[in-house]
Amino acid sequence: MTTLTARLKGHRGAAYPLVMLVVFFVVPFVIMLSVSFFSRDDGAFFQPAFELSNYSRFISPFFGKVLLTSLTLSAAAAIISVSVAVPFTYFVTRMRARWQSVMLVFLLSVLSLSEVIIGFAWSTLLSKTAGIGNLFVAIGLMETSQSFTPSLGALLLGLTYLGLPYAVLVLYPALSRLDPEIPEAARMLGASPIRSFFNVVMPMMRNTITGALILVFVFTLGAYLLPQVLGRPQHWTLSVHITDQAIFQSNLPFAAAMAIFLMLVSLALVGISTLLGRART
Amino acid sequence: MTQVQIENVTKKYGNFKAVDGVTVDIPDGSFVCLLGPSGCGKTTLLRLIAGLEDLSGGSLSVGGMDYSKVPAHKREFGMVFQSLALFPHLTVAENIAYPLKIRGVSASDRRARALELLDLVKLPDIADRQIHQLSGGQRQRVAIARGLAIDPKVFLLDEPLSALDANLREHLQIELRQLQKTLGVTTIVVTHDQREAMSMADTVIVMEAGKVQQVGTPVEIYRNPANAFVANFIGVSNLLAGRLTGPAQFTFDGKVINLTPEDILHVQKGQAGTLSVRPEDIVVLPDPAQGQLNGQVNFIRDLGANVEILVRVGDIDIISVCAPQSRPGVKMSDRVGIQILTGRATVLAA
Amino acid sequence: MLILRYAFILVVLLFLAAPLVVIFGVSVNEPKQLLFPPEGFSLRWYAELFQASDWLNALRNSVVIALGASTIAVSIALPLALYVWKKQSKMAQALFGLGVAPFLLPPVISALGFMIFWITVGFYGQIYATIISHGVFLVTLPLVTISLGLEAVDRQLIEASRTMGANDKTVFRTVIFPLARPYMISGFAFVFVLSLNEYIIAYMVAGFTAETLPIKIFNSLRYGYTPVMASVAVFFVLTAIVVFGSIARFGDLPRLLGAERARR
Repeated sequence: MTTLTARLKGHRGAAYPLVMLVVFFVVPFVIMLSVSFFSRDDGAFFQPAFELSNYSRFISPFFGKVLLTSLTLSAAAAIISVSVAVPFTYFVTRMRARWQSVMLVFLLSVLSLSEVIIGFAWSTLLSKTAGIGNLFVAIGLMETSQSFTPSLGALLLGLTYLGLPYAVLVLYPALSRLDPEIPEAARMLGASPIRSFFNVVMPMMRNTITGALILVFVFTLGAYLLPQVLGRPQHWTLSVHITDQAIFQSNLPFAAAMAIFLMLVSLALVGISTLLGRART
Repeated sequence: MTQVQIENVTKKYGNFKAVDGVTVDIPDGSFVCLLGPSGCGKTTLLRLIAGLEDLSGGSLSVGGMDYSKVPAHKREFGMVFQSLALFPHLTVAENIAYPLKIRGVSASDRRARALELLDLVKLPDIADRQIHQLSGGQRQRVAIARGLAIDPKVFLLDEPLSALDANLREHLQIELRQLQKTLGVTTIVVTHDQREAMSMADTVIVMEAGKVQQVGTPVEIYRNPANAFVANFIGVSNLLAGRLTGPAQFTFDGKVINLTPEDILHVQKGQAGTLSVRPEDIVVLPDPAQGQLNGQVNFIRDLGANVEILVRVGDIDIISVCAPQSRPGVKMSDRVGIQILTGRATVLAA
Repeated sequence: MLILRYAFILVVLLFLAAPLVVIFGVSVNEPKQLLFPPEGFSLRWYAELFQASDWLNALRNSVVIALGASTIAVSIALPLALYVWKKQSKMAQALFGLGVAPFLLPPVISALGFMIFWITVGFYGQIYATIISHGVFLVTLPLVTISLGLEAVDRQLIEASRTMGANDKTVFRTVIFPLARPYMISGFAFVFVLSLNEYIIAYMVAGFTAETLPIKIFNSLRYGYTPVMASVAVFFVLTAIVVFGSIARFGDLPRLLGAERARR
């Protein structure tokens, strides 16, 4: 008995965080998992039951299309964000510490912006009266201003805006730890700056870049407001439908089933990225 | 003909001059060490020669051609970096063959050349290993092999041995020197270690505060330092501030020290100067009445191979070094005499 | 080459800054219309944020939630980070993973989890539910910053203070806590800013009863336009710049974000 208390004593510090995380993070997931098998109840949110109908329901052409839209949009946003972020982050890490800090403050400020604000700002920027349409008219590219939103392009732009600062901050640690003499060595051996970037920097960062792609993919997969603000109803993603089912259709069991499914997809991808990262280091 | 001519080269960062008006000629096939304390501008000068930094002023020519504006990747130089900068995603052979690949050499020729270079640096059989599997000394040699792969016009090395332990370092110094003699490639090495510079170089360039302090063979620099900085940076020197009171007579603190024709004078009779004497030319005598100076023993340490005695004279400490068998019979706090052996001394400008 | 590099950086920065410039322009419009370039100059939409009772109420909710959530997040993260730092066992690693997990999943999943949880235990729609949900959801940030800070603490410092007679409590109070404090403050600030901007969890847990600024903006966006939305957005951007700018000014932001060394 005394040995047990003695052994527990060393772990006392972890008790409070453990309790908080289990009660408020693990338990909600367990409840959500069980609710995904419950049946819907119009009066009281849900009824305990065990049915697979919530899962079988989205094996339909409609939800198949929704899933495909979500995955394609996020994949495209991830690829664009990371392609821009890799050279951008590389340049930032080559700046002096002072300028790096300025860049990071700016990026963090953009990163922390609410999806609501990003959606509002881009819908304004792409609108007829206050948007780049006015700029195009001013420089003579267009006759009269027009609205560019809602459209698939606007949504993709918004998702890229959401993902870009995230991608930069995921790439930043690895790129800033890159020995500056490595690209210099490539140059001394005869590689032009562009060639040394593709020959040496990119291959060395392969795992980090894969990780960034997956993280941005998962992150934009969770976008809920942008598809509603910048896209058309056919661009609504799984996240939008989850919220829609939970709040407006009051079908929590079905929302839970979709969330569990989305989580499994995300977890699988995060798992793959960590495994890839570990295999190298 | 790959003589390197550095003409009034300057590098400024804002108002700070990292390299300040350096002019040096490096003859074809010579082995040159850029020597100086950290922050003296030696690495910046090497990077300017490499083309990794742009000149703020002056010019650089190699083999008679102006290289001031040639980008680093078109200079056809070889370089070994302080961190070595081996590419972790390539094998040993791929690292060495990288510059050949860029130049469009076929895969089989690249492989053959990589193996040849690995033989040259005495590392056969490791061609297909990953960089992280190598020891420090092996990495060092692979970096040297990679730098030599294209038969560079000039071979540059930035503190190449600083990360290695003392024994391996000495060993590689000798090897590097032999390799350079065999290949005859013009070589410039940056180091802060004066022993390393002395043991490898044909010519040592001593730098301080962005400026060249002295250029010469290792023996010249040791025997005839140009100023007090060089005298103290290359080995240890006792510096006595006084005046040249006769054609061969130096007066320090009212005591006369007679010089010989072999001593080197940088000042005229009557001028103030500093007498620089190496510790091995100072003899401590048990009788304070003997010798030119006298003082009190402040510290004695027996290093096995030799004995160092520190004697307080006025407000300076004079260091004497002698072999254990000629150790004088003195102990701490004794009053002793000091005999300055002239003939290898220098009188520097004050 | 260098010109190309700067041009590229500039284009990316413009892309990131463009929406912010536009909402700033819109927020100072004289008429109650969505116009850019702005017509006239007026700060009345900023005044309205602090005067109109519905906006002021949302602002108050947002700040209360953000402060509460930051406190909870740091209170969980500090002992957890200390535990992981001291033990470095498999178990400690698993706990750390649990603390990082909320941030790696799409937030909509956690949001639904929280919603169902609060419905089950009966606090659905309460502001406390939002505070706790945000605190747990954003615990990753102080956990990472404090862990980074502890990583830099030389373990010999603890041994040194032991030899000078300090017990566990004194070591914590006089050595570890002061060294970890800047990282706690950074973590607190990160949670504060992100909680202020968080929409989906706040919406799903108590969106109709404890309306926060992002929820209010979105609701306004649905039912028409008012320039106050723009002034709130500018207010958010400025808050973020001030908070992260202070961290950069008084701390080492590159290191906090994982750089090992900054150049020169």
